[in-house]
Amino acid sequence: MISVFQQHGQELLVGFGNTLLCSVIALFFSLIIGSTFAIFEAVPSRFLHIIGRVYIEVFRNIPLLVIGMFFYAVVPQYIVSIDGFTAGTIGLTLYTSAFIAETVRAGIQAVDEGQMEGARANGLTFMQAMRHIILPQAFRYVIPPLGNQFINMVKNSSVLAFVAGFDLMYQGDMIASTTFDTFNTYIAVGILYLVITLPLSYYMRYLEKKMD
Amino acid sequence: MKRLKNLLLLLCLILVVFSLNACGNKKDSAQNQSVWQKDKSTNTITWGVKADTRLFGLMDVKSGQIRGFDIDMAKAITKKVLGKSGHAKFVQVTSKTRIPLLKNKNIDAIIATMTITPDREKIVDFSQIYFAAGQSLMVKKGSQIKNIKDLNKDGTTVLAVKGSTSAVNVKKYAPKAKVLELEDYAQAFTALKSGQGEALTTDNGILFGIASENPAYHVVGGTFTKEPYGIAFDKGQGKMRNKVNAAITEMRRDGTYQKLLQKWFGNVAGFDLKEASQQ
Repeated sequence: MISVFQQHGQELLVGFGNTLLCSVIALFFSLIIGSTFAIFEAVPSRFLHIIGRVYIEVFRNIPLLVIGMFFYAVVPQYIVSIDGFTAGTIGLTLYTSAFIAETVRAGIQAVDEGQMEGARANGLTFMQAMRHIILPQAFRYVIPPLGNQFINMVKNSSVLAFVAGFDLMYQGDMIASTTFDTFNTYIAVGILYLVITLPLSYYMRYLEKKMD
Repeated sequence: MKRLKNLLLLLCLILVVFSLNACGNKKDSAQNQSVWQKDKSTNTITWGVKADTRLFGLMDVKSGQIRGFDIDMAKAITKKVLGKSGHAKFVQVTSKTRIPLLKNKNIDAIIATMTITPDREKIVDFSQIYFAAGQSLMVKKGSQIKNIKDLNKDGTTVLAVKGSTSAVNVKKYAPKAKVLELEDYAQAFTALKSGQGEALTTDNGILFGIASENPAYHVVGGTFTKEPYGIAFDKGQGKMRNKVNAAITEMRRDGTYQKLLQKWFGNVAGFDLKEASQQ
């Protein structure tokens, strides 16, 4: 296993970098998009409500691989030319954002209704109340499930391997198929995923403690 | 105290990984029965075959069976080796999975468009050549690319399949081109259609198979490498390999081989049957 790191360190490092980059981009945007659609569901507007519902149900219930392949194979044919890394990252972002929206929505609903009524009675607009009163409390509730989503997202980034996105799994496939040392290669790849997910997991736990 | 516990947990994890490592390296001392003995007693040979490659091994969706030159070869060889009652069982493989599946004994032999290379000969044993392919290029009709030299430019992208020799060859013959490797031929061709690369490269027989179904694409530039296909066996299965070699020799002599070649490649425009049957 150590020889895999010695001989193919360069490739693994590139893969590690791409996986990390994809995860960071997807984390950032899926959090924004997810929270937006969660708010859509809380807004007293039937129109926004339906849009939020449709978005979440579509992207939550289609396999990530299908979404990724769609952006890789179909979108460049008809709309705009994008490479594998971009296609995979967009797919991952949309897929994850649907789960984050569901998680955040649950958090918003867990905040007592009186909070919103109180805020509105004190003259705050709906959006002000959302931003200063409801969301800070909602996020506190949903940190543990949100952490789960983030960890899943890092692991799901391996979808890039199927659309030639040069991530960790792609490089692992490449090394395994040229050296035929399948066993040690995938162990090495697994360890590198742990290098990303374990600190993330510990950080989420730390945040949870800090909030209490 | 908490820190100590975490450290202990980490140590355990590392220990598990290394012990797994050890059993991965240990050479199957328990399962030492030879493939030949096992196949003779069960009267079945389990072949690893492609199911995504037209002309060689393609899943027929209607009947649920895999059809192609490799399949017919495997069936004919099984009959020669085990006698008329011999049974051939097929397991789908890809370029990426075939060697691991052979090594963990899920399949007895690989007959899946597999090129004989010195690197692979270190890991597996090959039979004699049963199909002499050569690597070629497929592009959209009207493309500027006429041969492998046209690809040797910055900014060109070539599509190949993971675990195949074609990717390695492109890096040798057109080092400036970027190579994207996909899971299988269907995905690689989809990527070509959606413009993720300028050309798809692999062995000519496979490309002719794809082009015959997709008239907007054609094979260009002839072959630029020699890719002799062989049947692969795990190391130490010499008896099985000798039996299969004898069967292929016999098939070449009694005309079965030529008949199968004619059946699958006889009607393919631009395909050189003589070149393919070279030994």
